[in-house]
Amino acid sequence: MSEPVLKVENINVYYGSIHAIKGISFEVFEGEIVTLIGANGAGKSTTLNTISGLLHPTTGGVSFLGESLAKVPPHKIVERGLAQVPEGRRVFAQMTVQENLEMGAYTQNSQSSIDEDIGKVYSLFPRLKERMRQTAGTLSGGEQQMLAMGRALMSRPKLLMLDEPSMGLAPILVEQIFDIIADLHKTGATILLVEQNAQMALSIASRGYVMETGKITATGTGQELLASEEVRKAYLGG
Amino acid sequence: MIFLNFFISGISLGSIYAIIALGYTMVYGIAKMLNFAHGDVIMVGAYVCFYAVSRYGFNPFLGVVLAMAVCTLLGIIVERLAYKPLRQAPSLAVLITAIGMSYFLQNTALLLWSSNPKVFPSVIGRGAFKLFDGALSVSHITALTIGACLVIMVVLSLFISKTKLGKAMRACSEDKGAAQLMGINVNATISMTFAIGSGLAAIAGALLCSAYPTLMPTTGALPGIKAFTAAVFGGIGSIPGAFLGGLMLGVIEIFAKAYISSQLSDAVVFGVLIVVLLVKPAGLLGKMTQEKV
Repeated sequence: MSEPVLKVENINVYYGSIHAIKGISFEVFEGEIVTLIGANGAGKSTTLNTISGLLHPTTGGVSFLGESLAKVPPHKIVERGLAQVPEGRRVFAQMTVQENLEMGAYTQNSQSSIDEDIGKVYSLFPRLKERMRQTAGTLSGGEQQMLAMGRALMSRPKLLMLDEPSMGLAPILVEQIFDIIADLHKTGATILLVEQNAQMALSIASRGYVMETGKITATGTGQELLASEEVRKAYLGG
Repeated sequence: MIFLNFFISGISLGSIYAIIALGYTMVYGIAKMLNFAHGDVIMVGAYVCFYAVSRYGFNPFLGVVLAMAVCTLLGIIVERLAYKPLRQAPSLAVLITAIGMSYFLQNTALLLWSSNPKVFPSVIGRGAFKLFDGALSVSHITALTIGACLVIMVVLSLFISKTKLGKAMRACSEDKGAAQLMGINVNATISMTFAIGSGLAAIAGALLCSAYPTLMPTTGALPGIKAFTAAVFGGIGSIPGAFLGGLMLGVIEIFAKAYISSQLSDAVVFGVLIVVLLVKPAGLLGKMTQEKV
C-alpha cells in the first residue's frame, strides 16, 4: 500500500494532568474520507488540534506526507497543506465573508490564484457570494459552516480536517453540508471528518475509527461500522 | 477667539494622546494585554530624539526617524523578553509584568540620563501662524501635531482594513487559534503590533516634548496613563475609538484647565471617564462582546 497522507502513531496528549489521548494510532490515505466518531469528550477535537500543532503529544508523533510534524509550528503545518475547519466554525465574525476567505488564503502568494479560488468557493457555496460584503457574524449557522469550509479550502489543502461540521445545525442543513463533503471527496479531496453524528459520518466515509475516552475502540469501513452491533448500540441509538 | 485658541490647543494635546492611545489599543486588541510600559517608550523616544538633535546635531526629522527605529526595536524586545513567555499566563501576571517593565524603563533612563530635566529642542522651532490679524495664533508645533495625527489615522486605518498584514492583525484580534489554523504566524503578528505601537510612541514623544519641552525619565508616565484613559474612553481595542477618545480627552483637559481650574483639570478628565463608562461600559465606540451561539 502507498504511503499514507497522514499517519498518527501512538500519540499521548495531556491537558495538564488529564490524560486526554491514550496512545491512539490511525492513518488517512489519499482520496479517502476517514471519520473519527465518538461521544462528547472522547478526545476527537483534541486529536485534530494535536495534528494541527495547537497541542503537543508527550509521546508518539504525527507525520504528514511522509514528514514528521514534531516541532513544526501550527502556521507552518497549514503551509504544508493541512487545513482544519475547527469545531464551532470560528469564523472571524467582525470581518466580511470575502475577508474571511482571504484569511484562508494567507499562505498563498499568487493573487490571481487566490481570486480563482475565491471564485471556486463561491460556486461551491452560492450563498456566500450573495453575502460576500456582509460580516461573518451576521450569517446563519449553516452559512457560517459553509464559510468555515470555504475558508479552509482557500489554503489548497492536501488534507482537509473537519471538526463536527453538523454541530448545532438543522437536519436539512446537516444533509446539505454532508452532500458538499461527499462532493469534495468526489473531486479528489482527502478528508478527515470528526463527528458525533455517527450515522451521517459513516454513511459517506471510506473508513472509520470509533473513539472512547481517549482510545480507539473499533475500526473498519464505514459500512462495517454502521452494521456493527457495538457501534449501533453505543452511537446510533440501538 | 480665545475659545477657538483653547479648542485648537485641546485638539493638539488630544492628537498626542490619540497617537499614544493607538499603541495601547492595538496591543490590547491583539495581545489582550495592557502594556503599561507604553508610556515609558514615549520617554525613551524623546530622549533618543533629544540626544540625536542636541548632542549629535541631527536634523530634527532625522532625529524622529532614529527615535522611531530605536523604539520599534525596543517594543519588539520588550514583548519578546517580558510578555511572550507569559502568553499562557493569567492576565494579572502579565499586568504586573507590564507595570514592572514600566519602572524598569524609567529607572534605566534615570541611570543613563539622570533625573536632571533636559530642555527639549522643538522639532519644528517655536514659530506660529497668525490668523485673523493675530487674534488666533497657532504654533507650528500645534499644526504639525494635528497634521501628524491625521496622517497617522488615515494611513493606519488603510493599513488595517486593506493590507494582508492588517487583516491578519484583525483575525488575530478576534480569534488567535483560528488565525493559526489559517497559517498566520500569531507571534510574529503580535510582535508587529508592538513594533507599530512603539514606533508611533516615538513620534508622540517628539511631539509631546516639542510642545511641553521638559524631558525627564518620568515624562512618559502621566501622558501614558491619560492616553490609556483615552483608549478606554473611546473603547479599548477600537482604532477610531482611540482617536476619538484621545481628541476628546485633550479638549476636555484644556477646557477644564482654562475654565474650571488648572489644578482640578485631571480630576475633571477622570470624572468624565467615569461618567462615560457608567453610561457606556465598553467606551464610546467599543463593541460589547457578545457570545455568539
